[in-house]
Amino acid sequence: MAAFLLRRLVLTIPVVWIVVTLVFALIHIVPGDPVAQMLGEGAPQPEIQKLRHELGLDLPLLEQYRIYLLGLLRGDLGTSFRNQESVLRAIATRYPATIQLAAAAILVSLILSIPAGVVSAVKRGTVLDSAIGVFSLLGLSLPNFALGPLLILLFSIFLGVLPVSGRGGLAHLILPAITLGGGLAAITTRMVRSSMLEEIQQDYIRTARAKGLPERVVLFRHALRNGMLPVVTILGLQAGALLAGAIITESVFAWPGLGRLTVQAINARDYPLLQGCILTISLSYILVNLLTDAIYSVVDPRIRYE
Amino acid sequence: MSSLLRRNKLAAFGFIVICSLTFVALFAPWIMPYDPSVQDLASRLLGPSWDHPFGNDELGRDILSRVLLGARISMRVGAMVVLLSGIFGVLIGGIAGYVGGRIDTFVTVVVVNSLMAFPGVLLAIALVAFLGPGIDRLIFALSVVGLAGYARLARGQVLKVKTLEFVEAAIALGASGPRIFFLHVLPSIIQPILVQVSIGMAAAIMFEASLSFLGLGIAPPAPSWGAMLNDGRGHLFDAPHMVVFPSVALVLTVLSFNFLGDALRDWLDPKSLKS
Repeated sequence: MAAFLLRRLVLTIPVVWIVVTLVFALIHIVPGDPVAQMLGEGAPQPEIQKLRHELGLDLPLLEQYRIYLLGLLRGDLGTSFRNQESVLRAIATRYPATIQLAAAAILVSLILSIPAGVVSAVKRGTVLDSAIGVFSLLGLSLPNFALGPLLILLFSIFLGVLPVSGRGGLAHLILPAITLGGGLAAITTRMVRSSMLEEIQQDYIRTARAKGLPERVVLFRHALRNGMLPVVTILGLQAGALLAGAIITESVFAWPGLGRLTVQAINARDYPLLQGCILTISLSYILVNLLTDAIYSVVDPRIRYE
Repeated sequence: MSSLLRRNKLAAFGFIVICSLTFVALFAPWIMPYDPSVQDLASRLLGPSWDHPFGNDELGRDILSRVLLGARISMRVGAMVVLLSGIFGVLIGGIAGYVGGRIDTFVTVVVVNSLMAFPGVLLAIALVAFLGPGIDRLIFALSVVGLAGYARLARGQVLKVKTLEFVEAAIALGASGPRIFFLHVLPSIIQPILVQVSIGMAAAIMFEASLSFLGLGIAPPAPSWGAMLNDGRGHLFDAPHMVVFPSVALVLTVLSFNFLGDALRDWLDPKSLKS
């Protein structure tokens, strides 16, 4: 177990290095002068020179890269260009809100997808199965920024039962969580369906039925437990992508998380803050993938011996 | 293909919508009832009416005309992204898989793994945020994001196909490497690539709308569906039609490509039908 995780961790190191390097390179792909872009058109030359010096952009590229890597090792992500706040601190204060939203979105997706996927598999080939299939594809095709305003229209404006935006109690969390978790629910439903279809044809299910166990127990205690293995992987992989999806959902609902901070950094052309946000989301994505592998190896010990 | 459309109603629906969208995209300037950029402040935020079936936006522009022209932008971006990422991705991945060795390692590690280390939408946002807005930069960024998927798919398919007997036969007959690759191997991996094209088109249209929604995609006043949704967000209380019609257009388009992609995958892989 430990050897498996260690091997997996070692394999992650080059990926982290690639991500870190690409994020460093981003500021150098800005057409023209990134500092002039940050300060806006018509900025005086001395001010451009001053900021370039402050950001270390007047140093040789390799020297900039070395300083950037050393800074990262010390946990220094630089300083926000607009409000002179530490990038690390800005991210740390917003990150919990994003984690809360992502966790709620996963919960929403599980609540929707497990019953839908199981019913779809059990009622295979029926109208219900087709309807769930169409709804799954609809969920996949409905982007966050279209679903979010439509939910606000329905629940906040017409029905007036949920708040439009902001972060507060549970009521504030419901619409953003459904918006972010909707797409994931669609993917997971399809996965649960195909996984359950495979499981319910296995011999041990026939045995369980032959023993006279109630169908509910056969499906949920036997088939679903084994059928959830591939679902865990998909859920883990998608959970990382949720953090990126949060960029849009948080903008729609004015949710004060990392995604909204990213958009604010883009609009303010605050490149150090933007680099920090992109790096944090990407590293979280890698970490979640690593955790998924670890969980998978616990849930299904066969994977460690492959 | 026609048997697939006859058997699968959803695929047929998707195909009809895509054909209609292509028609709208090609002839939008001639079928729009109004000039989509002409402002009529007296009609601002007016709801649907006989004269303006989709209503007017905050500047009094006709939303139907903007939705129709938006189809042209979405289809153009989708088609260009699929074309660029498809051609370069298939060539890079295909050649890597066919040649093997260091080239394969380089492509797998440097191109595919590094691009896939980022969530797609984040990479697109990052590239466009640093490159700046504009349709060409947007197409470039989305093509880079899409490239890894095609490269990985093509590499895997080529690795499978190159061990088959007809390739061995071509080698035995003395055909050159490029000839075998382009005339024998590539045509035999085209089917899974077609599925990826259909799903890739849906993804590219969705990404374009996402970036335009964030103000990073198509610059105003060009009517992108994503940008229209962003404009409508501020008027959810007084003009919900500004959000509803672009949303319906976007969802219908993406859904149609997904219907077709799904049906193609089932059709080309009978095993998935069984499950």
